[in-house]
Amino acid sequence: MSFITRGFSGRSRERDDRLPPGQTLVHDFPVLSAGPTPDVDTAEWEFTVRTATGDHRWNWDEFMALKIDEVDTDIHCVTHWSKLGTRWRGVSIDTLFEDIETDQDYVMAHSYGGYTTNIPFDELLDGKAWIAFEFDGEPLDPEHGGPARLLVPHLYFWKSAKWVRALEMMDQDEPGFWEQNGYHIHGDPWKEERYW
Amino acid sequence: MSDRLTPATDAAATAEAAVPVVADSSTAALPRSETPRAGWHVGTVVAARRETPNATRLELDVDDWPGNAAGQHLDVRLTAPDGYSATRSYSIASSGPSSRIVLAVDKLPDGEVSPFLVEEVRAGDQLELHGPLGAYFVWRPAVETGSPRPVQLIAGGSGVVPLFAIATAHADAADPTPFRLLYSARTPADVYFADELRGLVAASAPLRLDLVYTRRTPDGWPVPAARITREALEAAVIPAAHEPLVYVCGSTGFVERVADWLVELGHDPRSIRTERYGGT
Repeated sequence: MSFITRGFSGRSRERDDRLPPGQTLVHDFPVLSAGPTPDVDTAEWEFTVRTATGDHRWNWDEFMALKIDEVDTDIHCVTHWSKLGTRWRGVSIDTLFEDIETDQDYVMAHSYGGYTTNIPFDELLDGKAWIAFEFDGEPLDPEHGGPARLLVPHLYFWKSAKWVRALEMMDQDEPGFWEQNGYHIHGDPWKEERYW
Repeated sequence: MSDRLTPATDAAATAEAAVPVVADSSTAALPRSETPRAGWHVGTVVAARRETPNATRLELDVDDWPGNAAGQHLDVRLTAPDGYSATRSYSIASSGPSSRIVLAVDKLPDGEVSPFLVEEVRAGDQLELHGPLGAYFVWRPAVETGSPRPVQLIAGGSGVVPLFAIATAHADAADPTPFRLLYSARTPADVYFADELRGLVAASAPLRLDLVYTRRTPDGWPVPAARITREALEAAVIPAAHEPLVYVCGSTGFVERVADWLVELGHDPRSIRTERYGGT
């Protein structure tokens, strides 16, 4: 139903094949969060994977001893901005699950501060997702999710839960915080799965 | 790696990791059914007028608009003759079942969409809109929610738009919940909805308005123009002991600063809802 807006010519034509529909390229790093930024000390930080059979935990030092990946990726926020070629370091979800058996197909990511987001498990595997703790060569800033955030760059960026503390396996897909509050259950930027 | 696995013996930590999204029922998400479904609509501009030296108020009649809750936002999509389009999100300054909606758009210095909406749009123009959007940064009257908690609104600049919608809904409902609005503006001329805010303060629903000027004050103002301090914030907000629900909206810097101070002042982080406007 799109129609031409009278008088609008648009300023930028920074079109790029890497830019999904409805997105605008930005060079800064906007912030989207629903509440205050939690203050999480790495000395207190702990990461948990919860399956039907039990919990698996890492403290910060244990986490840093895991295999660390360098990630170069584009990120897309539901609020219409994208950043291209962002550089991260983190531990892939494949690495975390190397020795964890599970037959559950869905994941709820839990964050310090209480927020959650849901993701199908297979969309976190095969080099598609990380727990990232470095952005652009620096420790991840708290307002961008530091000390560590989930990084799932092929989905809208609210799925890349800031201040992540746990991945909880689930038998069925259930909406997380943002999904209960109007955002799409899946969130593929190429299909513009922004809102339900 | 199995030597790193720890059995689930720490009951407290286990329970904490399993805590649902927001444990406190008064901040729980609204059921889907309570929020009008988002969709694409065509809005016809019925009035465009200057709100402040840097902002324009747009009133639109929107076909089939399902109504919106106070605090929700929408996307505006502009399309150029060559098919190029640009989409941005704007808070809605109005609420309720009406198909007449109000936006107030601040012109960003390097913006692509906001200068067009502020300078170019005039009555009769049509705009593509998608919404209403968002179900968290919203407020509903106490008769609907049963929540007796007082409400503190804190606005920086154009961040007042969704909070104005919330304060108006409070007044329209003659809601007895105590409200305070702390509003930081650059100068008296930069205050959005100045006349309407005076009306809201005078209305029967209890609202106290505290203004902070960061660049220039009115004549005879008791304090010099300055950015808000933690002390000023503490003096102007409902104390944490009264367990207010707090809505903060402004630039990222404003929201980060204010939300951090609120937590330091003892407010429960889960009772603080934030929304920021971006820089693009």
